Amino acid sequence: MLNIDSIRNGVVIDHIKAGTGMQIYHLAGLDKLDCCVALIRNARSNKHGQKDIIKIESVIDLDLDVLGYVDPDITVDIIRDGVIVEKKKLAKPARLVNVIRCKNPRCITSVEEAIDHIFFLSPNGRYRCAYCEQEPSKKDA
Amino acid sequence: MRHLIDPLDFSVEEIDALLDLADRIAANPTAYQGVCAHKKLATLFYEPSTRTRLSFEAAMLNLGGAVLGFAGADSSSAAKGESVADTIRAISCYADIAAIRHPKEGAPLRAARYSRIPVINAGDGGHQHPTQTLTDLMTIRRRKGRLGGLTIGLCGDLKFGRTVHSLIKSLARYANMEFVLISPEELRVPEYILSEALEPQHIPYRQLSSLEQAMPHLDILYMTRVQRERFFNEEDYIRLKDTYVLNADKMKLAQPDMAVLHPLPRVNEITLDVDDDPRAAYFEQAQNGVYVRMALIMTLLELTDQGGALC
Repeated sequence: MLNIDSIRNGVVIDHIKAGTGMQIYHLAGLDKLDCCVALIRNARSNKHGQKDIIKIESVIDLDLDVLGYVDPDITVDIIRDGVIVEKKKLAKPARLVNVIRCKNPRCITSVEEAIDHIFFLSPNGRYRCAYCEQEPSKKDA
Repeated sequence: MRHLIDPLDFSVEEIDALLDLADRIAANPTAYQGVCAHKKLATLFYEPSTRTRLSFEAAMLNLGGAVLGFAGADSSSAAKGESVADTIRAISCYADIAAIRHPKEGAPLRAARYSRIPVINAGDGGHQHPTQTLTDLMTIRRRKGRLGGLTIGLCGDLKFGRTVHSLIKSLARYANMEFVLISPEELRVPEYILSEALEPQHIPYRQLSSLEQAMPHLDILYMTRVQRERFFNEEDYIRLKDTYVLNADKMKLAQPDMAVLHPLPRVNEITLDVDDDPRAAYFEQAQNGVYVRMALIMTLLELTDQGGALC
Protein backbone atom coordinates (compact mmCIF):
# COMPACT_ATOMS: atom_id res chain seq x y z
CA MET A 1 0.00 0.00 0.00
CA LEU A 2 1.14 3.51 -0.83
CA ASN A 3 1.98 5.63 2.21
CA ILE A 4 1.57 9.38 2.32
CA ASP A 5 2.77 11.11 5.47
CA SER A 6 0.08 12.52 7.72
CA ILE A 7 0.22 16.27 8.02
CA ARG A 8 0.63 18.35 11.20
CA ASN A 9 -0.83 21.58 9.89
CA GLY A 10 -2.96 21.72 6.81
CA VAL A 11 -6.15 20.65 5.10
CA VAL A 12 -7.39 17.23 4.07
CA ILE A 13 -10.10 17.08 1.43
CA ASP A 14 -11.56 13.63 1.87
CA HIS A 15 -14.32 11.45 0.45
CA ILE A 16 -13.83 12.82 -3.04
CA LYS A 17 -15.63 10.69 -5.58
CA ALA A 18 -12.99 8.50 -7.21
CA GLY A 19 -11.78 10.07 -10.44
CA THR A 20 -12.77 13.67 -9.67
CA GLY A 21 -9.77 14.57 -7.52
CA MET A 22 -7.91 16.18 -10.40
CA GLN A 23 -10.95 18.32 -11.24
CA ILE A 24 -11.04 19.54 -7.63
CA TYR A 25 -7.31 20.13 -7.74
CA HIS A 26 -7.63 22.52 -10.68
CA LEU A 27 -10.98 24.15 -9.81
CA ALA A 28 -9.82 24.95 -6.26
CA GLY A 29 -6.62 26.47 -7.62
CA LEU A 30 -4.39 23.97 -5.81
CA ASP A 31 -2.06 23.88 -8.79
CA LYS A 32 -1.08 27.45 -7.90
CA LEU A 33 0.03 26.67 -4.33
CA ASP A 34 3.69 26.66 -3.32
CA CYS A 35 3.24 24.24 -0.42
CA CYS A 36 3.27 20.47 -0.59
CA VAL A 37 0.02 19.05 -2.05
CA ALA A 38 -0.68 15.33 -2.42
CA LEU A 39 -3.44 13.99 -4.63
CA ILE A 40 -4.23 10.38 -3.85
CA ARG A 41 -6.40 8.67 -6.42
CA ASN A 42 -8.43 5.51 -5.96
CA ALA A 43 -7.72 5.15 -2.23
CA ARG A 44 -9.65 2.44 -0.41
CA SER A 45 -12.99 3.57 0.96
CA ASN A 46 -15.18 1.50 3.27
CA LYS A 47 -18.25 3.36 2.05
CA HIS A 48 -17.73 3.63 -1.70
CA GLY A 49 -14.96 1.14 -2.44
CA GLN A 50 -12.68 3.85 -3.83
CA LYS A 51 -12.21 7.55 -3.27
CA ASP A 52 -9.77 10.36 -3.97
CA ILE A 53 -8.06 12.36 -1.20
CA ILE A 54 -6.14 15.62 -1.34
CA LYS A 55 -3.72 16.62 1.42
CA ILE A 56 -2.46 20.19 1.58
CA GLU A 57 0.43 20.95 3.89
CA SER A 58 -0.77 24.43 4.80
CA VAL A 59 -3.97 25.84 6.30
CA ILE A 60 -5.38 27.74 3.34
CA ASP A 61 -8.74 29.32 2.59
CA LEU A 62 -10.48 26.95 0.22
CA ASP A 63 -13.36 27.98 -2.00
CA LEU A 64 -15.95 25.70 -0.45
CA ASP A 65 -18.52 26.73 -3.09
CA VAL A 66 -16.37 25.12 -5.74
CA LEU A 67 -15.98 21.93 -3.73
CA GLY A 68 -19.70 21.86 -2.88
CA TYR A 69 -20.58 22.33 -6.53
CA VAL A 70 -18.43 19.42 -7.69
CA ASP A 71 -19.46 17.09 -4.88
CA PRO A 72 -21.40 18.14 -1.77
CA ASP A 73 -20.44 14.86 -0.07
CA ILE A 74 -16.78 15.87 0.17
CA THR A 75 -15.45 16.54 3.67
CA VAL A 76 -12.83 19.14 4.53
CA ASP A 77 -10.76 18.64 7.68
CA ILE A 78 -8.61 21.41 9.10
CA ILE A 79 -5.60 20.03 10.95
CA ARG A 80 -3.46 21.88 13.47
CA ASP A 81 -0.65 20.29 15.45
CA GLY A 82 -1.65 16.91 14.07
CA VAL A 83 -5.23 17.16 15.36
CA ILE A 84 -8.44 17.71 13.37
CA VAL A 85 -9.71 21.00 14.79
CA GLU A 86 -12.56 21.58 12.33
CA LYS A 87 -14.64 19.44 9.98
CA LYS A 88 -16.39 21.47 7.32
CA LYS A 89 -19.60 20.16 5.83
CA LEU A 90 -20.34 21.13 2.29
CA ALA A 91 -23.55 21.83 0.46
CA LYS A 92 -24.48 22.77 -3.06
CA PRO A 93 -24.05 26.56 -3.09
CA ALA A 94 -27.03 28.70 -4.06
CA ARG A 95 -24.86 30.75 -6.43
CA LEU A 96 -21.72 30.09 -8.40
CA VAL A 97 -19.69 33.04 -9.60
CA ASN A 98 -17.01 32.43 -12.23
CA VAL A 99 -16.69 28.76 -11.39
CA ILE A 100 -18.10 27.52 -14.68
CA ARG A 101 -18.72 29.43 -17.89
CA CYS A 102 -21.97 29.69 -19.81
CA LYS A 103 -21.42 28.23 -23.28
CA ASN A 104 -24.77 29.32 -24.74
CA PRO A 105 -23.89 31.38 -27.83
CA ARG A 106 -27.18 33.25 -27.41
CA CYS A 107 -26.29 34.38 -23.88
CA ILE A 108 -25.07 37.93 -23.13
CA THR A 109 -22.05 36.37 -21.41
CA SER A 110 -20.80 35.30 -24.85
CA VAL A 111 -20.22 38.91 -25.94
CA GLU A 112 -20.18 41.26 -22.94
CA GLU A 113 -16.78 42.19 -21.54
CA ALA A 114 -15.98 41.90 -17.84
CA ILE A 115 -19.17 40.02 -17.05
CA ASP A 116 -19.29 37.51 -14.22
CA HIS A 117 -20.52 34.05 -15.18
CA ILE A 118 -23.19 33.49 -12.55
CA PHE A 119 -25.14 30.28 -12.08
CA PHE A 120 -27.88 29.73 -9.52
CA LEU A 121 -29.21 26.53 -8.05
CA SER A 122 -32.70 25.98 -9.42
CA PRO A 123 -35.51 24.26 -7.49
CA ASN A 124 -34.90 21.05 -9.44
CA GLY A 125 -31.37 20.87 -7.97
CA ARG A 126 -29.57 21.80 -11.18
CA TYR A 127 -27.60 24.93 -11.98
CA ARG A 128 -28.73 27.46 -14.56
CA CYS A 129 -27.14 30.60 -15.94
CA ALA A 130 -28.49 33.73 -14.24
CA TYR A 131 -28.73 35.46 -17.61
CA CYS A 132 -30.08 32.92 -20.11
CA GLU A 133 -31.27 30.22 -17.66
CA GLN A 134 -29.54 27.52 -19.67
CA GLU A 135 -28.03 24.60 -17.78
CA PRO A 136 -24.36 23.90 -18.33
CA SER A 137 -23.71 20.87 -20.49
CA LYS A 138 -22.44 17.76 -18.74
CA LYS A 139 -19.02 18.44 -20.21
CA ASP A 140 -18.93 22.01 -18.83
CA ALA A 141 -20.19 20.85 -15.45
CA MET B 1 -36.42 51.40 -8.00
CA ARG B 2 -38.12 48.52 -9.83
CA HIS B 3 -37.30 46.88 -13.14
CA LEU B 4 -39.28 44.41 -15.21
CA ILE B 5 -36.85 41.80 -16.50
CA ASP B 6 -38.69 38.55 -15.82
CA PRO B 7 -42.48 38.21 -15.85
CA LEU B 8 -42.24 36.86 -12.31
CA ASP B 9 -40.60 40.06 -11.05
CA PHE B 10 -44.13 41.19 -10.20
CA SER B 11 -46.31 39.26 -7.77
CA VAL B 12 -49.77 38.10 -8.80
CA GLU B 13 -51.23 40.96 -6.78
CA GLU B 14 -48.98 43.48 -8.51
CA ILE B 15 -49.91 42.07 -11.91
CA ASP B 16 -53.59 42.32 -11.02
CA ALA B 17 -53.13 45.95 -9.94
CA LEU B 18 -51.26 46.72 -13.15
CA LEU B 19 -53.98 45.10 -15.28
CA ASP B 20 -56.62 47.04 -13.33
CA LEU B 21 -54.77 50.25 -14.18
CA ALA B 22 -54.50 49.17 -17.83
CA ASP B 23 -58.27 48.59 -17.86
CA ARG B 24 -58.87 52.06 -16.44
CA ILE B 25 -56.59 53.54 -19.08
CA ALA B 26 -58.44 51.61 -21.80
CA ALA B 27 -61.74 52.95 -20.50
CA ASN B 28 -60.61 56.56 -20.48
CA PRO B 29 -57.28 57.14 -22.26
CA THR B 30 -57.58 60.92 -22.32
CA ALA B 31 -57.48 61.03 -18.51
CA TYR B 32 -53.87 59.84 -18.72
CA GLN B 33 -52.57 61.96 -21.57
CA GLY B 34 -50.45 64.19 -19.39
CA VAL B 35 -49.18 61.98 -16.59
CA CYS B 36 -45.70 61.55 -18.11
CA ALA B 37 -45.18 65.16 -19.15
CA HIS B 38 -41.45 66.02 -19.11
CA LYS B 39 -40.51 62.34 -18.76
CA LYS B 40 -38.42 60.50 -21.35
CA LEU B 41 -38.45 56.87 -22.43
CA ALA B 42 -35.30 55.49 -24.06
CA THR B 43 -35.99 52.64 -26.49
CA LEU B 44 -32.78 50.65 -26.91
CA PHE B 45 -33.56 48.16 -29.65
CA TYR B 46 -30.51 46.16 -30.65
CA GLU B 47 -32.51 43.96 -33.01
CA PRO B 48 -35.32 44.71 -35.45
CA SER B 49 -38.79 45.21 -34.05
CA THR B 50 -41.78 47.00 -35.40
CA ARG B 51 -44.68 46.56 -33.08
CA THR B 52 -42.98 46.25 -29.71
CA ARG B 53 -40.91 49.39 -30.24
CA LEU B 54 -43.82 51.35 -31.69
CA SER B 55 -46.09 50.07 -28.92
CA PHE B 56 -43.66 51.38 -26.28
CA GLU B 57 -43.31 54.67 -28.09
CA ALA B 58 -47.07 55.02 -28.55
CA ALA B 59 -47.55 54.24 -24.86
CA MET B 60 -45.13 56.96 -23.75
CA LEU B 61 -46.51 59.49 -26.24
CA ASN B 62 -50.07 58.70 -25.08
CA LEU B 63 -48.94 59.55 -21.56
CA GLY B 64 -47.58 62.90 -22.69
CA GLY B 65 -43.92 61.88 -22.43
CA ALA B 66 -41.12 61.93 -24.98
CA VAL B 67 -39.17 59.14 -26.62
CA LEU B 68 -35.55 58.78 -27.71
CA GLY B 69 -33.46 55.80 -28.71
CA PHE B 70 -32.24 53.66 -31.55
CA ALA B 71 -33.58 50.78 -33.64
CA GLY B 72 -30.89 48.32 -34.61
CA ALA B 73 -27.42 47.56 -33.29
CA ASP B 74 -25.84 49.10 -36.39
CA SER B 75 -27.12 52.54 -35.43
CA SER B 76 -25.98 52.27 -31.83
CA SER B 77 -22.71 52.36 -29.97
CA ALA B 78 -22.82 48.55 -29.89
CA ALA B 79 -21.46 48.69 -33.44
CA LYS B 80 -18.36 50.33 -31.93
CA GLY B 81 -18.08 47.54 -29.40
CA GLU B 82 -19.61 49.27 -26.38
CA SER B 83 -20.88 46.96 -23.66
CA VAL B 84 -24.49 46.90 -22.49
CA ALA B 85 -23.29 47.95 -19.04
CA ASP B 86 -21.62 51.09 -20.38
CA THR B 87 -24.51 51.96 -22.69
CA ILE B 88 -27.11 51.87 -19.92
CA ARG B 89 -24.92 53.92 -17.59
CA ALA B 90 -24.85 56.65 -20.22
CA ILE B 91 -28.55 56.32 -21.09
CA SER B 92 -29.37 56.72 -17.39
CA CYS B 93 -28.17 60.31 -17.78
CA TYR B 94 -30.53 61.01 -20.69
CA ALA B 95 -33.85 59.33 -19.88
CA ASP B 96 -36.17 58.47 -16.99
CA ILE B 97 -36.93 54.89 -18.03
CA ALA B 98 -35.56 52.48 -20.64
CA ALA B 99 -36.99 49.64 -22.69
CA ILE B 100 -34.32 47.32 -24.06
CA ARG B 101 -34.55 44.62 -26.71
CA HIS B 102 -31.43 42.62 -27.36
CA PRO B 103 -30.66 39.46 -29.33
CA LYS B 104 -28.54 38.11 -26.47
CA GLU B 105 -30.37 36.45 -23.61
CA GLY B 106 -29.90 38.18 -20.28
CA ALA B 107 -28.86 41.55 -21.76
CA PRO B 108 -31.70 43.45 -20.00
CA LEU B 109 -30.71 41.86 -16.69
CA ARG B 110 -27.14 42.98 -17.27
CA ALA B 111 -28.44 46.49 -18.05
CA ALA B 112 -30.61 46.56 -14.93
CA ARG B 113 -27.59 45.84 -12.73
CA TYR B 114 -25.84 48.98 -13.95
CA SER B 115 -28.82 51.26 -14.51
CA ARG B 116 -29.92 54.24 -12.47
CA ILE B 117 -33.35 54.24 -14.15
CA PRO B 118 -36.03 51.53 -14.38
CA VAL B 119 -35.28 49.00 -17.13
CA ILE B 120 -37.96 47.09 -19.01
CA ASN B 121 -37.07 43.91 -20.85
CA ALA B 122 -38.60 44.33 -24.30
CA GLY B 123 -37.41 40.88 -25.40
CA ASP B 124 -34.05 39.14 -25.01
CA GLY B 125 -33.27 36.52 -27.62
CA GLY B 126 -35.38 33.41 -27.19
CA HIS B 127 -35.59 33.96 -23.46
CA GLN B 128 -38.22 36.31 -22.03
CA HIS B 129 -40.67 38.92 -23.25
CA PRO B 130 -42.50 40.09 -20.13
CA THR B 131 -44.45 43.01 -21.64
CA GLN B 132 -45.89 40.66 -24.24
CA THR B 133 -46.91 38.48 -21.32
CA LEU B 134 -48.67 41.40 -19.66
CA THR B 135 -50.43 42.05 -22.97
CA ASP B 136 -51.45 38.39 -23.19
CA LEU B 137 -52.70 38.35 -19.60
CA MET B 138 -54.73 41.53 -20.15
CA THR B 139 -56.27 40.09 -23.32
CA ILE B 140 -57.11 36.77 -21.67
CA ARG B 141 -58.64 38.52 -18.67
CA ARG B 142 -60.73 40.84 -20.82
CA ARG B 143 -61.88 37.99 -23.06
CA LYS B 144 -62.58 35.35 -20.41
CA GLY B 145 -63.28 37.57 -17.41
CA ARG B 146 -60.62 35.87 -15.30
CA LEU B 147 -57.12 34.47 -15.08
CA GLY B 148 -57.20 30.93 -13.80
CA GLY B 149 -59.57 28.02 -14.33
CA LEU B 150 -58.66 27.94 -18.03
CA THR B 151 -57.31 25.40 -20.48
CA ILE B 152 -54.77 27.04 -22.72
CA GLY B 153 -53.18 25.52 -25.79
CA LEU B 154 -49.81 26.89 -26.86
CA CYS B 155 -48.93 25.95 -30.42
CA GLY B 156 -45.88 26.22 -32.66
CA ASP B 157 -42.34 27.02 -31.60
CA LEU B 158 -42.42 26.34 -27.88
CA LYS B 159 -38.65 25.97 -27.64
CA PHE B 160 -37.41 29.34 -28.81
CA GLY B 161 -40.72 31.20 -28.39
CA ARG B 162 -39.91 33.59 -25.58
CA THR B 163 -43.52 34.74 -25.26
CA VAL B 164 -44.51 31.14 -24.59
CA HIS B 165 -42.01 30.67 -21.76
CA SER B 166 -43.04 33.88 -20.07
CA LEU B 167 -46.76 33.14 -20.43
CA ILE B 168 -46.51 29.61 -19.03
CA LYS B 169 -44.56 30.80 -15.98
CA SER B 170 -47.05 33.59 -15.37
CA LEU B 171 -50.25 31.63 -15.86
CA ALA B 172 -48.89 28.79 -13.70
CA ARG B 173 -49.34 31.13 -10.73
CA TYR B 174 -53.12 31.16 -11.17
CA ALA B 175 -55.39 28.39 -9.87
CA ASN B 176 -56.78 25.51 -11.87
CA MET B 177 -54.89 26.10 -15.08
CA GLU B 178 -54.33 23.36 -17.61
CA PHE B 179 -51.75 23.51 -20.37
CA VAL B 180 -51.79 21.79 -23.75
CA LEU B 181 -48.40 22.16 -25.41
CA ILE B 182 -48.65 21.59 -29.15
CA SER B 183 -45.39 21.45 -31.08
CA PRO B 184 -43.16 19.27 -33.20
CA GLU B 185 -40.74 17.14 -31.20
CA GLU B 186 -37.81 19.47 -31.99
CA LEU B 187 -39.57 22.58 -30.72
CA ARG B 188 -40.94 21.39 -27.41
CA VAL B 189 -40.97 23.53 -24.27
CA PRO B 190 -37.59 23.46 -22.49
CA GLU B 191 -37.52 20.85 -19.77
CA TYR B 192 -36.77 23.37 -17.04
CA ILE B 193 -40.04 25.21 -17.67
CA LEU B 194 -41.94 21.98 -17.05
CA SER B 195 -39.88 20.84 -14.08
CA GLU B 196 -39.93 24.21 -12.35
CA ALA B 197 -43.14 25.99 -13.35
CA LEU B 198 -45.62 23.15 -13.77
CA GLU B 199 -44.57 19.88 -12.19
CA PRO B 200 -43.85 21.04 -8.61
CA GLN B 201 -47.36 22.46 -8.37
CA HIS B 202 -48.89 19.42 -10.08
CA ILE B 203 -50.33 21.63 -12.81
CA PRO B 204 -51.71 19.35 -15.50
CA TYR B 205 -50.14 19.57 -18.93
CA ARG B 206 -50.07 17.50 -22.09
CA GLN B 207 -47.55 17.59 -24.91
CA LEU B 208 -49.18 16.93 -28.28
CA SER B 209 -48.19 17.20 -31.89
CA SER B 210 -51.75 17.50 -33.26
CA LEU B 211 -53.50 20.87 -33.19
CA GLU B 212 -56.77 19.31 -34.34
CA GLN B 213 -56.76 16.89 -31.41
CA ALA B 214 -56.37 19.74 -28.92
CA MET B 215 -58.79 22.28 -30.42
CA PRO B 216 -62.13 21.14 -28.90
CA HIS B 217 -60.78 21.33 -25.35
CA LEU B 218 -59.29 24.81 -25.35
CA ASP B 219 -60.49 28.06 -23.78
CA ILE B 220 -57.50 29.87 -25.26
CA LEU B 221 -55.33 29.01 -28.25
CA TYR B 222 -51.99 30.81 -28.30
CA MET B 223 -50.42 30.52 -31.74
CA THR B 224 -46.77 31.35 -32.37
CA ARG B 225 -44.56 31.84 -35.37
CA VAL B 226 -41.55 29.63 -36.02
CA GLN B 227 -38.86 32.31 -36.01
CA ARG B 228 -36.17 32.09 -38.66
CA GLU B 229 -33.79 34.23 -36.57
CA ARG B 230 -33.67 31.65 -33.75
CA PHE B 231 -32.27 28.88 -35.96
CA PHE B 232 -28.60 28.37 -36.68
CA ASN B 233 -29.56 25.87 -39.38
CA GLU B 234 -31.74 27.12 -42.27
CA GLU B 235 -32.74 23.57 -43.22
CA ASP B 236 -34.32 23.01 -39.81
CA TYR B 237 -36.25 26.26 -40.14
CA ILE B 238 -37.63 25.37 -43.57
CA ARG B 239 -38.61 21.89 -42.40
CA LEU B 240 -40.50 23.14 -39.35
CA LYS B 241 -41.93 26.52 -40.30
CA ASP B 242 -45.25 25.33 -41.75
CA THR B 243 -46.02 22.59 -39.26
CA TYR B 244 -49.13 24.33 -37.93
CA VAL B 245 -51.54 26.52 -39.88
CA LEU B 246 -54.74 27.66 -38.21
CA ASN B 247 -57.51 28.21 -40.73
CA ALA B 248 -61.29 28.60 -40.75
CA ASP B 249 -61.81 24.84 -41.09
CA LYS B 250 -59.82 24.10 -37.95
CA MET B 251 -61.68 26.86 -36.11
CA LYS B 252 -64.86 24.78 -36.59
CA LEU B 253 -63.39 22.29 -34.11
CA ALA B 254 -63.10 24.93 -31.39
CA GLN B 255 -65.50 26.04 -28.70
CA PRO B 256 -67.70 28.99 -29.64
CA ASP B 257 -66.08 31.23 -27.03
CA MET B 258 -62.45 30.17 -27.47
CA ALA B 259 -60.04 33.08 -27.96
CA VAL B 260 -57.16 32.93 -30.44
CA LEU B 261 -54.10 34.90 -29.40
CA HIS B 262 -50.86 35.48 -31.28
CA PRO B 263 -47.99 37.77 -30.28
CA LEU B 264 -47.64 38.91 -33.92
CA PRO B 265 -46.18 39.27 -36.43
CA ARG B 266 -47.75 36.25 -38.07
CA VAL B 267 -46.47 34.86 -41.31
CA ASN B 268 -48.72 32.04 -42.44
CA GLU B 269 -49.54 30.19 -39.23
CA ILE B 270 -52.97 31.88 -39.13
CA THR B 271 -54.73 32.27 -42.47
CA LEU B 272 -56.53 35.49 -43.30
CA ASP B 273 -59.94 33.81 -43.19
CA VAL B 274 -59.63 33.55 -39.39
CA ASP B 275 -59.26 37.32 -38.97
CA ASP B 276 -62.99 38.02 -39.16
CA ASP B 277 -63.88 35.26 -36.71
CA PRO B 278 -65.02 36.92 -33.46
CA ARG B 279 -62.74 34.49 -31.59
CA ALA B 280 -59.66 36.07 -33.19
CA ALA B 281 -58.17 38.30 -30.48
CA TYR B 282 -54.71 39.03 -31.87
CA PHE B 283 -55.33 42.54 -33.13
CA GLU B 284 -57.10 43.35 -29.88
CA GLN B 285 -53.88 42.15 -28.21
CA ALA B 286 -51.91 44.81 -30.10
CA GLN B 287 -54.23 47.50 -28.73
CA ASN B 288 -54.07 46.07 -25.22
CA GLY B 289 -50.28 46.09 -25.51
CA VAL B 290 -50.28 49.87 -25.64
CA TYR B 291 -52.56 50.17 -22.61
CA VAL B 292 -50.60 47.71 -20.53
CA ARG B 293 -47.27 49.37 -21.42
CA MET B 294 -48.78 52.72 -20.39
CA ALA B 295 -49.73 51.13 -17.07
CA LEU B 296 -46.26 49.63 -16.70
CA ILE B 297 -44.45 52.90 -17.41
CA MET B 298 -46.64 54.67 -14.85
CA THR B 299 -46.05 51.92 -12.29
CA LEU B 300 -42.26 51.84 -12.69
CA LEU B 301 -42.07 55.65 -12.61
CA GLU B 302 -44.27 55.56 -9.46
CA LEU B 303 -46.68 58.06 -10.96
CA THR B 304 -50.07 58.86 -9.53
CA ASP B 305 -53.05 57.38 -11.35
CA GLN B 306 -54.93 60.54 -12.24
CA GLY B 307 -57.87 58.38 -13.24
CA GLY B 308 -58.58 57.69 -9.60
CA ALA B 309 -56.46 55.54 -7.31
CA LEU B 310 -52.71 55.48 -6.78
CA CYS B 311 -50.69 52.95 -8.69
